[in-house]
Amino acid sequence: MGWLPDPVERLLEEGLVAEVTVIGRNGRPITHPLIPLYDGHRIYLHSSTLFSKKLEHLKRDPRIAISLSDPVAMKGNTDRATIQGTAHLIEEDPHSDWERLILELWRKKEPSIDDFLKVRVALPLFFERAVIQVRPERCLYWPQGLTDRRPVEALPPSLEAA
Amino acid sequence: MTAAAPAPMRSGSVPAHPPEAADLERLATFDHVVVSWVEDAGYPMSVATRFDADASARSVTLTQTNPQVPTDRELSVVGSHIHPTPGGYDERRYVELWGRATAAGGGLRFSPTRAWGWDETVTPFFEYSERSVPQSRRYLAALSEEKGRPIKPRLSLFWLALRTTRLPFLSATAVPVLLGIAIAASHGAFTWWTALLTLIGGSLAHLAINVTNDIFDTLSGADEANTTPTQFSGGSRVAIYELLTIRQLAALALALFAGAGAIGLLLVLVTQSTTLLWIGLAGVVVGVVYTAPPFKLVYRGLGEIAVALGFGPIMLLGAYVVQTGRIAAEPLLVSITIGIFVALILFVNEIPDRPGDAAAGKRTLPVRLSPSVVQAGYLVAAAVALALIAGGVATGLLPWPTLLALLALPVAFRVYQGIKVHYDSPYTLMAVMGMNVNLTLLVGGLLLVAYVATIVWLAMRP
Repeated sequence: MGWLPDPVERLLEEGLVAEVTVIGRNGRPITHPLIPLYDGHRIYLHSSTLFSKKLEHLKRDPRIAISLSDPVAMKGNTDRATIQGTAHLIEEDPHSDWERLILELWRKKEPSIDDFLKVRVALPLFFERAVIQVRPERCLYWPQGLTDRRPVEALPPSLEAA
Repeated sequence: MTAAAPAPMRSGSVPAHPPEAADLERLATFDHVVVSWVEDAGYPMSVATRFDADASARSVTLTQTNPQVPTDRELSVVGSHIHPTPGGYDERRYVELWGRATAAGGGLRFSPTRAWGWDETVTPFFEYSERSVPQSRRYLAALSEEKGRPIKPRLSLFWLALRTTRLPFLSATAVPVLLGIAIAASHGAFTWWTALLTLIGGSLAHLAINVTNDIFDTLSGADEANTTPTQFSGGSRVAIYELLTIRQLAALALALFAGAGAIGLLLVLVTQSTTLLWIGLAGVVVGVVYTAPPFKLVYRGLGEIAVALGFGPIMLLGAYVVQTGRIAAEPLLVSITIGIFVALILFVNEIPDRPGDAAAGKRTLPVRLSPSVVQAGYLVAAAVALALIAGGVATGLLPWPTLLALLALPVAFRVYQGIKVHYDSPYTLMAVMGMNVNLTLLVGGLLLVAYVATIVWLAMRP
């Protein structure tokens, strides 16, 4: 597994939605609700070309923050975390790259996606998607979601050693 | 922290706007907010916190967090909600406000200057997606330029063909052609291979007209202006989605017309029927003037008449003439009934399209007429279509088993009621549009059963 604290990995594995903040054209923070996926090392987000402004922002500035904050979307887990990192866009083939890279992870979190995929013809552009692969670089963790208290901070081993 | 009935959320295509009291009222419905800013190191930072929204003061009181929310830079404050369901989720909504915060007591007073959001109960996901299609085109165009090769959306050939030609609507051709063949058979005339060719030729003509219609509706902007398409309405949208180009669609339409024309000419040669030639030519004319300028019948509220002629007398009578070489009153009467029901498919499918159609100058009957006239018009037309069958039996023109078609009357009434209830709701009207398509199949199916029974009875008669 990766270096993220276990409770944060649980949030990533359980979370149905995260608040993902990118940096807009004029340096303004812009937040998008997105499904976070996690393979034990990297965090994967994904975006339809329909809602691709976030991708345009990430091309200009790949720095990103992922907030896991809503107990309703975290299966009742009240812990909270924010992960900062750098995003790498995978968009060579928006038609099928995402299926190869993240469909299994997506399916585990949202099994009904298969029902939508069967009728891909109904909304073809929704399934033209780019993958946002995020390398976590810093993690803040608030047990029981008490964000007015000092968070537990974690860094990747390379930075920790430095 | 709750507000009563916030005003509807602005939809996806509306740019961020100065915050209104409704935006604050909407924010107040969330349990917590996520505050984000850009740190000195250049990374975004987000922290969830408690809040209190004051709509009248256009401000939000935030509980200070650790790390501290800064007061020297722009913040984003987001309320986001999702409701997990078995296998998925629903009730997605979010509100995002931008502005700055100042210290206030032990907390922060946030004063927004811009707002944005989406609520899927107000702007359904499908509509939100349609409104976002231009963004997809922009992104893919920029990506193509960046990669130095065209990157376009794709569909498998099967689904692309299905979507482009709107293949499922072929039932509107199958019903009149099969009925024309069945009536001819009840009159003692049936050749299987000319019957098959008629079905194939009629289908190709129908698909060609579907594609042609899409070309003109794309070029006129009618389909683009329609942000609430359904599986029954709003066109195939393959050009709008850039799955195919207009040139490719034109080539497909020409190929389909050529196939239909070749089969039509072959049938004329085989039957040596000038009547069939005239019917075929009438079909070509009606198919072209339906959407092609300068006639554009469907843009002038005459689409229903063109469709009734095309899928009634032209298809049904044409199929009958292929088998018998002549015109007769019986298939003509049945063709009027079927033509009316197929025209009613178009009539109902135009109801959700009317804002987009009106914007593009496509003055269909639902654009021109009031809802009550459209609803009453539907019921009257369906009743007249079935009354023609009853009248035909009463006058001895139609065999009595065709009275079976009257069993469809309650379904027609249910469609009428559904139109009344869901007139202004494209997505809930979908079920009614489906029921209306099935009504045509039901009427056609019952009439086919009636003619098969008649054929069997005539064959068994001593």
